[in-house]
Amino acid sequence: MNFVPFGVSLNLGLWTTLILLIVSLPLIWTLTTSQGRWVPWVESLVSLPLVVSPTVLGFYLLIFLSPQGPVGQFFQNTMGWRLVFSFPGMVLASCVAGIPFMYTSLRSGLAQLSPRLWEASYTLGKGRWETFFRVVLPNLRVALISGIVNTFAHTLGEFGVVLMVGGSIPGVTKVVSIEIYERVEALDFGHAHLYAAVLVVAGYAGVFLMNGLQRRSDRRLRRAEAGL
Amino acid sequence: MISFSLEKTLKSGPRPFSLQVEYTLSRGTYLGISGRSGAGKSTLLRLLAGLSKPDSGFLKHGGAAWYDSTRRIFSPPRRRAVGLVFQEPSLFPHWTVRQNLLYAHRDEARAAELLELTRMLPWADHFPHELSGGQSQRAALARALMRSPQLLLLDEPFSALDEDLRKDLGADLARIQKETGVTAVLVTHSRWEIERYCTEVLTLDDGKIVPTMLGVN
Repeated sequence: MNFVPFGVSLNLGLWTTLILLIVSLPLIWTLTTSQGRWVPWVESLVSLPLVVSPTVLGFYLLIFLSPQGPVGQFFQNTMGWRLVFSFPGMVLASCVAGIPFMYTSLRSGLAQLSPRLWEASYTLGKGRWETFFRVVLPNLRVALISGIVNTFAHTLGEFGVVLMVGGSIPGVTKVVSIEIYERVEALDFGHAHLYAAVLVVAGYAGVFLMNGLQRRSDRRLRRAEAGL
Repeated sequence: MISFSLEKTLKSGPRPFSLQVEYTLSRGTYLGISGRSGAGKSTLLRLLAGLSKPDSGFLKHGGAAWYDSTRRIFSPPRRRAVGLVFQEPSLFPHWTVRQNLLYAHRDEARAAELLELTRMLPWADHFPHELSGGQSQRAALARALMRSPQLLLLDEPFSALDEDLRKDLGADLARIQKETGVTAVLVTHSRWEIERYCTEVLTLDDGKIVPTMLGVN
């Protein structure tokens, strides 16, 4: 069994999750506390990868990230990076495909918090960002872990977008899901089973962890309500 | 002295109406605001706190303008010397009562003094989920007083409590308001609370001040 695709997948999952965590936290707070007319437009754009076929998304990303595309041209000129069929390009594409998973987890976590929490903080002399980091974020722990697990698990299984943008370069862009696809094409079901089983077990462990955290959080919420 | 003349169109209810309130609060006043649900009472508190923006008018504290539509001044809540206690518990769940107070202002002595005043000292190191509803509201009151606000806003703080606890807390609140000398505004549905504790009363109906049929002490 070749473990290199697992390494590429893990690397892709870690980078995607880290970048999306950094991007999504300020994004969700800005969208939650802003009342501009642009908010629903941005929210819909962020959720778009959920409803668009990965092939369609991958196709447009390929156009945008290619050396002739606006984003690809920018990276090529400023950093000398060629994005298509490279690991950084694949990470970027994976971030676009994975952002709804991080965003929706954080959003549902935030929706469970009462706005009175941050309004109370404002009246105690604190600004928006201090309130976010000291009051909101510590109470988003479950949503944060759920967002991390969701995004990481989704990235591990990502196929269409990474194949379109990254191709299948062994040791660089060939992830486990592509390896499974190629094994199946070669009628090597034994190895395909092995790779697929590892992904299933990893996914199950992630869901198990999330459900456990959710149960703990629900128990705390019930205890807090019982204290009233 | 705090004076205001505020106007805001409210569109969230079954029918839109305009909140138009003009009033002057002398220092140390304990104003009770009554009125039917949806009359604009809580919205008025939010406008005073800076959590919502009025459509027009002004709000002055002494010589300082917290809001003035003609001069385009709007101070956010953090720049106003206000304390606010909400109807629902709003203690930060990840901190103890004492930590909640110290978040508002890092002054251990002041925190201890207010915990004593609100009879919360024995529960200072408890987390919010370990407190009863009454204790949570006492702690929220202590926290709201940490920054020595010039205006204390109380948005039906006892509505989720039972009758005995309401009376107990209402009396405590009146005592604390008198001891601290803070100007306070209490929104409540209870005529009894207003008549018993408040020094002035204002009744709202469809966003307008209407003649009050209550007697206050």
